[in-house]
Amino acid sequence: MSMPFYVSPEQAMRDKADYARKGIARGRSCVALQYAGGILMVAPNPSSALHKISEIYDRIAFAAVGRYNEYENLRKAGVTYADITGYQFARHDVTARGIANWYAQTLGTIFTESNKPFEVEIVVAEVGEQESGDQIYRITFDGSVTDEPGFVAFGGQADQVSAQLKERYSDGMSLAEAFGAALSALSVPGNGDSNEVVASQLEVAVLDRARDHRTFRRIRTARLDELLSESRALTAPDPKTPEDPKTGTEAPAGSSGPSAASNAPAASGPPTGPDPSSSDRGSGQGTPPNPA
Amino acid sequence: MGSYYEGGQSGPFAGGDRGPGSAGRVQGSAGLTGRPPGFMGLQSSSFADFLDSHSPGLLPGRIMPGPGADGGPGQAIRDLPHATTIVAAVCEHGVVLAGDRRATAGSMIAKRDVEKVFRSDEFSAMGYAGTGSVGIEFVRLFQVELEHYEKMEGRSLSLEGKANRLAWMVRGNLGAAMQGLVVVPLFVGYDEDQDRGRIFSYDVAGGPYEEQRFYSIGSGSLFARGALKKLYVDDMSAGDAALACVQALYDAADDDSATGGPDMTRRIFPVIATVTADGFRKLSEAESEDYAQQVVQGRMVAPDGPTAPLRTGQPPSGGHA
Repeated sequence: MSMPFYVSPEQAMRDKADYARKGIARGRSCVALQYAGGILMVAPNPSSALHKISEIYDRIAFAAVGRYNEYENLRKAGVTYADITGYQFARHDVTARGIANWYAQTLGTIFTESNKPFEVEIVVAEVGEQESGDQIYRITFDGSVTDEPGFVAFGGQADQVSAQLKERYSDGMSLAEAFGAALSALSVPGNGDSNEVVASQLEVAVLDRARDHRTFRRIRTARLDELLSESRALTAPDPKTPEDPKTGTEAPAGSSGPSAASNAPAASGPPTGPDPSSSDRGSGQGTPPNPA
Repeated sequence: MGSYYEGGQSGPFAGGDRGPGSAGRVQGSAGLTGRPPGFMGLQSSSFADFLDSHSPGLLPGRIMPGPGADGGPGQAIRDLPHATTIVAAVCEHGVVLAGDRRATAGSMIAKRDVEKVFRSDEFSAMGYAGTGSVGIEFVRLFQVELEHYEKMEGRSLSLEGKANRLAWMVRGNLGAAMQGLVVVPLFVGYDEDQDRGRIFSYDVAGGPYEEQRFYSIGSGSLFARGALKKLYVDDMSAGDAALACVQALYDAADDDSATGGPDMTRRIFPVIATVTADGFRKLSEAESEDYAQQVVQGRMVAPDGPTAPLRTGQPPSGGHA
């Protein structure tokens, strides 16, 4: 076996990028998208303890794909960055843009300076006071940042998932509609082994604009089942094919424009109140804004 | 072969030989060397520990004031605004915390509408007595500390864990307290495992001391505690406990010049908060006005407030004058 004496910088960078890309593509995609009441994030994740989606700050969430130890390290660093910024200045001064920039710097440095690049792709989302203030940033392993208005799919077969999501996405969707769009995007062929998505295999969280103080909320157990059936009712209006997600996703795709959104039952609107049975405790639900 | 986290950054707990007692008063500082913040290698479940290793200048109690001419606290320290009385009472499945609104600087009233009762997280609250500026920093740091732990670990600290954490922070301030920057918190919370409210008190060297049923701190605490002792009934409803707390604050204001009573002309009323299974709730202005009105109306008839039965066995007066 022979070792080359010289590897050009271009070749070294290409190798690193290929290595990182391969690692990321092995996993399954995640999606983050805006809905009328905030930002929804959905990730296939069989573990209920090792999260891909987490809270960073009052209005900011983090979602990642790739190697768990690497993105967990990044998540904790992001929380630390946010907490020290908020402590030094004011809670209002912590922004997704600042955190995304910090991640970009960090990942860029790691990519160029270390032998092994991080095999991660992360999304930082911030819910604004109004829908126009929502922000979604995607940061890749080499530190490039993109601003993704509306929705983003990342990790795994991101291109196919993103194409399907683009077809189903529209402005001002209800939570159930957005969830339906996310599910149909995540179940495109090629994204993992199974096309059928079940509640126990999903990690779902929202940044809920209507909440005070800390807007991040996980959707779990009973609330997740409810949301799943709501979105199935929306995506499969034809009673003959209620169980097949593929026919269900194709049939309403053409009608998912604004008219479909306005026809949506009012009951499927975003949850405006806390749901103690299915959401995180201790995250400021229903409490007045923090006085200090 | 440079590893990305070794670039001259100090590791977690870089100053590991500093005991927790000296937190924040560090000679030289890791955070002011002009390097960009390196959070990747510095993560800790404790925000205060992180600050200690990253930028100790941000920890409260770092500045050691020199002694005054007579060896005691300088006049400047004595003239800082001081927060006064806080009362707490355990109620049915929860706890009530209330504070008056006055801050004093020496014999002057520094502020009439100061707030000394805060949410520390979803299931706990704290109030403080002592130097106002230090107290505010304590509250802010403690709030971030609890939230930081929750986000890092994916679970909340136990109530005792929170109380112990606060004790560590209070002890970190001991040096400054010796120089006159005294601040003492009162910590209350709802214990989810035991389904009851609990109260923890502190002294300048730390604590915590768990208190049973009710407690009060600050300059008017003697009077407030005496009043609460006579008004408190086990398993009071949250409303009754709040009323008892306002009665106690009124009695404290009656006899302690540094505690402010309800200010009916300016409409400034005590801050009252409850922590129950439903979480922290600060009572609205209208609700605390209602309690203050009840107390003041009662005192119009009986200036010393409700009386407790002289002989045990008689039904309690219930605190309603």
